[in-house]
Amino acid sequence: MAVGLPENIFMTKLDAAASWARSNSLWPMPFATACCGIELMATAASRHDIARFGAEVMRFSPRQCDLLIVAGRVVMKMLPVLQRIWLQMPEPKWCISMGACACSGGVFDTYAVVQGVDRFIPVDMYVPGCPPRPEQLLAAVIDMQAKVRRTGTVMGKEFMARDTPMGPEPFESEERYRIQEANLVQLGNFSAAMTSAGMKRGAGNHG
Amino acid sequence: MVELSVLQQRFGTELVESTFRDNRRIDVPATKLFDLLSCLKSDHGFNTLIDMTAVDYLEYEGATDRFGVVYILLDVFGGERLIVRTAVNLPDPALPSVYSLWRGADWMEREVFDMFGIVFEGHPDLRRILMPEEFAAFPLRKDYPLKGRGERHNFPVITRAGS
Repeated sequence: MAVGLPENIFMTKLDAAASWARSNSLWPMPFATACCGIELMATAASRHDIARFGAEVMRFSPRQCDLLIVAGRVVMKMLPVLQRIWLQMPEPKWCISMGACACSGGVFDTYAVVQGVDRFIPVDMYVPGCPPRPEQLLAAVIDMQAKVRRTGTVMGKEFMARDTPMGPEPFESEERYRIQEANLVQLGNFSAAMTSAGMKRGAGNHG
Repeated sequence: MVELSVLQQRFGTELVESTFRDNRRIDVPATKLFDLLSCLKSDHGFNTLIDMTAVDYLEYEGATDRFGVVYILLDVFGGERLIVRTAVNLPDPALPSVYSLWRGADWMEREVFDMFGIVFEGHPDLRRILMPEEFAAFPLRKDYPLKGRGERHNFPVITRAGS
């Protein structure tokens, strides 16, 4: 060898070394709100054993985690909580959206359920299924590791390029129409009921 | 078993009894609701309010009133159950609160208010219980769209570079 490296020494890039270390110690933050959470627990249990991939350290403080696993449907009252948890996680961090509900709202196309968390937080990996099998979540973790090794940098430069929202438009045209309708029709009835109930807060229209 | 005739002597013949699959139901006008419920509690032993809820009869076949409010009572010692129904209408659907009779009515009335906008006068703390405080509609009313009016998507969007 031209360089003549001594024994037990090899050369690599700092990015690759850091990504290798990070990818094998993903600490998940389990954001489990529904039946996907049960599958997430099964993934962590002995039969499927997520520890084989170095992701067994489930922490219930976002300050100690670098992989957010959104398992289950997220309602509009829960979304600010999810966003705050995402913001509280230290860099570098990644997100897996687990199950049909977290990815797209699933069958819950109702007034209260967010139609996919990727509309409001960045998502790296989507897991289909209702709920997904533990093997599918393991596959997502393995793919996540591959992505970290492929794109990771020491200083997290790859994240800075992702400056556009990745999900679908928050308001579809039909939804915009309903908001207009709300502003025109509903305001009268609603404010009357709120006033008679003596409610001080929350009188603002959400549109 | 509480006889309808006994109640009718006291509250008038507007009380109507009906039965559906062993459930006895008594319809009462909203003005006499509170007196009837307090009489049922004090004189006839209905010491538990099992559940209360509401129904929106918009575009319901044969319906004359917009909302029906349902009280399900239980006499714990006698084992008797009774359903009391009343009707309220827009623009100001309001009923007297039964919190003073059964403390369990507290959250039930808040839920009915949250979902249907029916105001319970005399309730100690009538706030929304399920929906967020700033929610601007009553989602279980039939004229509210199933997918909402965009409230579910009215949030700031966090990008990866911005977090």
